[in-house]
Amino acid sequence: MAATADWHPLGKAYYKKSEVYTLDWDDLIDVSKFVVSAAPYGGPLALMRDDSNNPNIAMVVKPIITVYTAAGKKISQMRWNSGKIKDLGWSQTEDLLFVQDDGTILIYDLFLSFKKVLSMGQEAKDVKVIDARIFSSFNGTGIAVLTSSYRIFMMNSIDDPRVQRLAEVPGLQSAPTSWTILTMDRQSQVLVAKDSELYLIDRGGQYQKQMIDISTPVEGFIEMAVSFNNKCIALFTESGVIWIGSADLKKKYCEFNTKCHQKPQQLVWCGPGAVVALWDKQMLVIGPDKDYISFMNDTPVHLVEEEDGIRIIGNFTHEFLHRVQKVTEDIFKIASMEPGAMLYEAFKEFQKESQRADEYIRSIKDNLELAVSQCIQAAGYELEPSKQRQLLRAAAFGKSFLTDYNPEPFVNMCQMLRVLNQVCHHTIGIPLTYSQLHHLTMPVLIDRLVLRKFFYLAIRICQYLKIQDSEGASRILAHWACYKVQQKQEDDEMIARAIADKLGDTPGVSYSDIASKALECGRTDLAIRLLDYEPKAAHQVPLLLQMQKEQLALSKAIESGDTDLVYFVLLRLKESMIQGEFFMAIRNLPVAYYLYLQYCRQQNKELMEQLYYQEDNYLEEGNSKILRSFTVERYEERMTIMKEAMDSYNKARNEFAARQTEEQIKLAKYQRRLEEELKRPYMDLSLHQTIYRLIMDNNVKMPEILRKEFKVPDKRFWWLKIQALAEAGEWMELDRFSKAKKPPIGMEAFVEVCLKNGNKHEAMKYIIRVSPDKKVKCLIKMGEFKMAAETAFENRNEEELNSILRRCIGTDRQVAETINSMKQQLSSKK
Amino acid sequence: MAASSSSTPNVFRLREESRVELKRIMNSFDGRKDLVIDPKLMQQLDRIANVTFLKKECEVDKIFKLDPLQKAIVGCAKRLYLVRPKISNMKCIADQILLEKSYKEERKYRIVMVPRKLYLCEMILEQEGVFGYCEIDEFHLDLVAVDSDIMSMEIPDYFRSFFLDGELSWMHTVASAIQNIQKLMGLIPNRYAIGRGAKMCFELLKRLEGNRLVEPDYSKSEIGHLILFDRDIDYVTPLCTQVTYEGLLDDIFGITCVLIHGFVEFDINISGKEQGAKVLLSSKDVLYDDIRNRHFTNVFDLLKTKAKELQTLSDKRHGLSSVTEMKDFVANDLKNLKQEKQNLSYHIGACERIIEMKAKADFEEYIQTEHSLIEGSSLRSCMNYIEDTINKQEQLIGTLRLMCLLSLTQDGVPARDYRNIKTWFLHSHGFEHMLTFYNMKKLGLFKEQTPVFQSTKPLPKMATGIDPLAGNSNFKALRKRLNLVPSEDVDLKNPVDMSYVFSGAYSPLSCKLIEQCISREGLEEVTKSLIGGDRDTCTAEVQLKTVRVGKGQVRSGPAPAKVVLVYFLGGCTYSEIIALRFLGKKTGYTFLIATTAIINGQSLLKSIVERPLCPNYNLP
Repeated sequence: MAATADWHPLGKAYYKKSEVYTLDWDDLIDVSKFVVSAAPYGGPLALMRDDSNNPNIAMVVKPIITVYTAAGKKISQMRWNSGKIKDLGWSQTEDLLFVQDDGTILIYDLFLSFKKVLSMGQEAKDVKVIDARIFSSFNGTGIAVLTSSYRIFMMNSIDDPRVQRLAEVPGLQSAPTSWTILTMDRQSQVLVAKDSELYLIDRGGQYQKQMIDISTPVEGFIEMAVSFNNKCIALFTESGVIWIGSADLKKKYCEFNTKCHQKPQQLVWCGPGAVVALWDKQMLVIGPDKDYISFMNDTPVHLVEEEDGIRIIGNFTHEFLHRVQKVTEDIFKIASMEPGAMLYEAFKEFQKESQRADEYIRSIKDNLELAVSQCIQAAGYELEPSKQRQLLRAAAFGKSFLTDYNPEPFVNMCQMLRVLNQVCHHTIGIPLTYSQLHHLTMPVLIDRLVLRKFFYLAIRICQYLKIQDSEGASRILAHWACYKVQQKQEDDEMIARAIADKLGDTPGVSYSDIASKALECGRTDLAIRLLDYEPKAAHQVPLLLQMQKEQLALSKAIESGDTDLVYFVLLRLKESMIQGEFFMAIRNLPVAYYLYLQYCRQQNKELMEQLYYQEDNYLEEGNSKILRSFTVERYEERMTIMKEAMDSYNKARNEFAARQTEEQIKLAKYQRRLEEELKRPYMDLSLHQTIYRLIMDNNVKMPEILRKEFKVPDKRFWWLKIQALAEAGEWMELDRFSKAKKPPIGMEAFVEVCLKNGNKHEAMKYIIRVSPDKKVKCLIKMGEFKMAAETAFENRNEEELNSILRRCIGTDRQVAETINSMKQQLSSKK
Repeated sequence: MAASSSSTPNVFRLREESRVELKRIMNSFDGRKDLVIDPKLMQQLDRIANVTFLKKECEVDKIFKLDPLQKAIVGCAKRLYLVRPKISNMKCIADQILLEKSYKEERKYRIVMVPRKLYLCEMILEQEGVFGYCEIDEFHLDLVAVDSDIMSMEIPDYFRSFFLDGELSWMHTVASAIQNIQKLMGLIPNRYAIGRGAKMCFELLKRLEGNRLVEPDYSKSEIGHLILFDRDIDYVTPLCTQVTYEGLLDDIFGITCVLIHGFVEFDINISGKEQGAKVLLSSKDVLYDDIRNRHFTNVFDLLKTKAKELQTLSDKRHGLSSVTEMKDFVANDLKNLKQEKQNLSYHIGACERIIEMKAKADFEEYIQTEHSLIEGSSLRSCMNYIEDTINKQEQLIGTLRLMCLLSLTQDGVPARDYRNIKTWFLHSHGFEHMLTFYNMKKLGLFKEQTPVFQSTKPLPKMATGIDPLAGNSNFKALRKRLNLVPSEDVDLKNPVDMSYVFSGAYSPLSCKLIEQCISREGLEEVTKSLIGGDRDTCTAEVQLKTVRVGKGQVRSGPAPAKVVLVYFLGGCTYSEIIALRFLGKKTGYTFLIATTAIINGQSLLKSIVERPLCPNYNLP
């Protein structure tokens, strides 16, 4: 049979109808008895029993909705249990949308499980919806409804459910004779026909009356259809005339009189080049040049618009009507001299082992490359695998005569066709053409397979196409896992293990996503189990909190070692729990406990004290109080806190701290009194500093009182006194003091303080009274090396001599020599 | 010595990485902007970018310091805050934003937190009501190369927050810093953790790395060993007075060095310039590289010879005969000469200052006491010396250092002395130090000798994870076991023992432990040495063993690189760094040092001393 036998000419073009599937569904289905809605791109079919015209059936019976694959395989079924359905249709993500007469939109997935509900607004609800359109807008799937008050409401995307009220059509007293949505320039407008007048209305509240160039008188436009690419429009008048023109109505392509006054059941576009009108079994394909083809179908059918053709769904078969592509035409048209055609001939001869193959090849020698790419392209447009194969073989044959031909397009085409044929298989039921796939893209196709739960096929395709695991296989596995957790009948443990086995540590799989799916299904336990596999605590913890597993979240956060995460949980916990309980919860978790302490230390010091109090850690409580007291300015207030701290220390049985605090309070009292009496600052000085300053200020009595009160030991008091006296330059007083009693700190201390205050002369006075064993040291300090040496010699102390020697080497040679000789003398005496 | 051989991994790569990242972050906030920097970040930032870089490459207009007293800043329409994620910083920023908003100033804010953004901070911003006004970003700046063998995180807070307050916030930063190094220099096959914190960090690191699916590839590892070392294992070393040149510089000019180690700010007397000079100390300064590791006693001589050499060099100009020679001299030598002369004069100036300081009568006695304490001899006189210093109210921190050494080396102070010393100290320096003592006890720095019987009161149940009251190492036993105090005198000029860094009186415990760890490629000896062989505090993971070629043994498989990264958690001192450099020279290993901060005894204790009541009164 010639390749062109089933081509139907339409003007300059050819159209071809080919069978895609014999429908799997039971013979009982009569398409005409159902409301049929099919998703484009080989999507599923939804059938709803249409009983609206059957007066015998009471209204109370709710319709049954069934979803089939394009091959007629039942996917799911349900009895409707909500309001009256006005329209149904598919979204771009293959969700099934139902528009109810109260303006409610219910969204189901293709397994008919409920997903969500949207509303078209109060007004639509009040006045009821009489008609609806589901359309593809520039940013998703849109919905427009017509209310009984003849106003139109539109939602541009179901993912962003904002409802817009469109402008009113002037003088519209009854339902418009027809209306449709026009999407142009990223904006959706509605074209409304009020009898013979056309109005374009938009969300800006504007309407524009449209005039079209039509030669026959029109009483009303009763049907209209916009092409798939939104560029052309077809209008059907009550007198049977079809007007075809550009979408902006400015340009007329043709007018065609069908001579049929009946409104067609469907008016759709078959690609951008032809309009198809359907009346029952009769189908009229009209080209832009008033050519037409008339088809008679065997059974009533439903037409589904695709980008490059229409799918025809009958009772028994699923067919595809499409234009024969130019390149296919070039190859197969009888007597075509195109390189592709010659190559194809050559290949056929080659298969017959005829030498004519060579002749053909020779004739296109210069155009061989073009010929190959024509064959490759034509293969892409072919639906039947056997023909695809022939064309690809022809291409391969031609390719072998070329030396440096880039094999990529060929390989690519082979791969794509292989995938297409796989998904087209009737068990899968996604009949896509090459150009549709190109538009849909491979990732979306994979998503659709995943959506239909063909996980294995999806993974195999990914592997076949060498798509990266993180993009492909592992993503699919994650979806599989999400699906798996929804299988309620299976045991938590089993599922968790099954998932972990399959997924392992595959990169790019987020266990937390799967767990959150499990949580969505109400399987908290499973979610927790799954979260165990999640390596990133940052993903685990928020989910655990969501499940109100605070304790678990906390311990996971701690395990992770990420303190920020711990804080995250802690602060959440703190909000949701009573303080006491919260303290109890963290007291056994040191990491959290110390973190919280740190937080309190910076944020709320009193909270820290409470925390310590709560667990009877009185010592720390006291310490915190003391710390806080430093920040308090007012004396009385500070004393109160100090007293509280003292109580805490007593409770902690820390005598030392309690006593010190008590003394400090006492000291502060003195200091305050002193400040008042002497008008000098004493507050915040230490005990010694206080005494020191008093001595410096020539106060005789107070130092003694303080000394007794605080039991300052003699030694220390002496030190204080002589230091202060020396600093004050009270040399006389110092001298007197040195003679009053035998100093407990030794005379050397006097030397030291004199030196410190730069009075070598005074120091000399005390040197004589320094005990001999300390004398040398003092003299060294004074820099009197010679005297020191002499003294050391007297003491017969070689060690001392050495230490002097160390100091004067290099600075005082004379003394050094003296010392050396002394040393000799000493050693000789031994 | 500061290894510059080809086998040393180049740590300056870290700096380059951070620079690129900083530029990316700054430029992602489009257009001209003002920059407000957390003062705590200044030094670290200095290391990677200077003002010209910020202004030219990052479109920064004005640069401010974050100051809580400054309630609003006048500036352009965009502002970027570069801060540590701390509550106080967030509050300060919030105050500024709110006030400026109330003036109706239109401004875009972005807060970049270093090293990472925290939920806590975001929450504070939310509480303060400014979360909506600002964008938030993070800048992963952790370790910064300070020298060719030193990297520092510049977080002096780490010591207190971890060891005292038990807070783990920085742990994550430490672990991710190691990850970062591994990204640059390859996986480190052998890892050891000494101390509780180190162990936690070790485990966190493992967790962050996740399960390795494939056998790790060590062929590209530039670093063979990682040792995580907790500061609380060895308190003695940082408390000792440093006597090497670099250590002394840190001790004496230390106040600025704590923050800008590597830089030393010499004042007028030394630099001879009016504002004082900021000298960059690093291995790039050849002279410094030569003297830094030396014991101070022979630094001066060296400087003298150096000065003479310079003299002869510059005398050369008199002997120049031809124009070409002259030209050559001016072109090459003169500039270098000038620079070298300048450097030399700085170092000589610094030496003079050090000698002056050392000449003070107390210094020798102080060192003497220190050494006696370490040797454990003439305890009574040490006690007396301590008492005296308390009585004299001299050098608060110095006194505390000796007290801590006393307690650490004696494994606690007898109950009576303990009480007395504390009371004296409080009388002398003020009541607030009661809390300081509490902190020191908690850290195990200064404590009572535990009586033979068990303590009367059981410890509170909680806080078992990181028990701050945990006992410190048994120093007496360690001293013997590890031979910390050398029996023979050490030649300070040409040292053969690392104890030279403390004048031959003491080998740093930390470095000794590290030596044990490296020489055995395991922690058996270390755990045995530490108190009670408490195995919980240490852990190791050895993936590659250096096969020692012995009799009949054939070397097989790859050996770990002879580069050791020692990570001090809680800071390390220059003395330790120098000791490790020495160890490296002796054993053929190259040591890289990473630390949370470079510290000395002064800064270590300062961080735990409770705030004095009256910082304004200048009393003795």
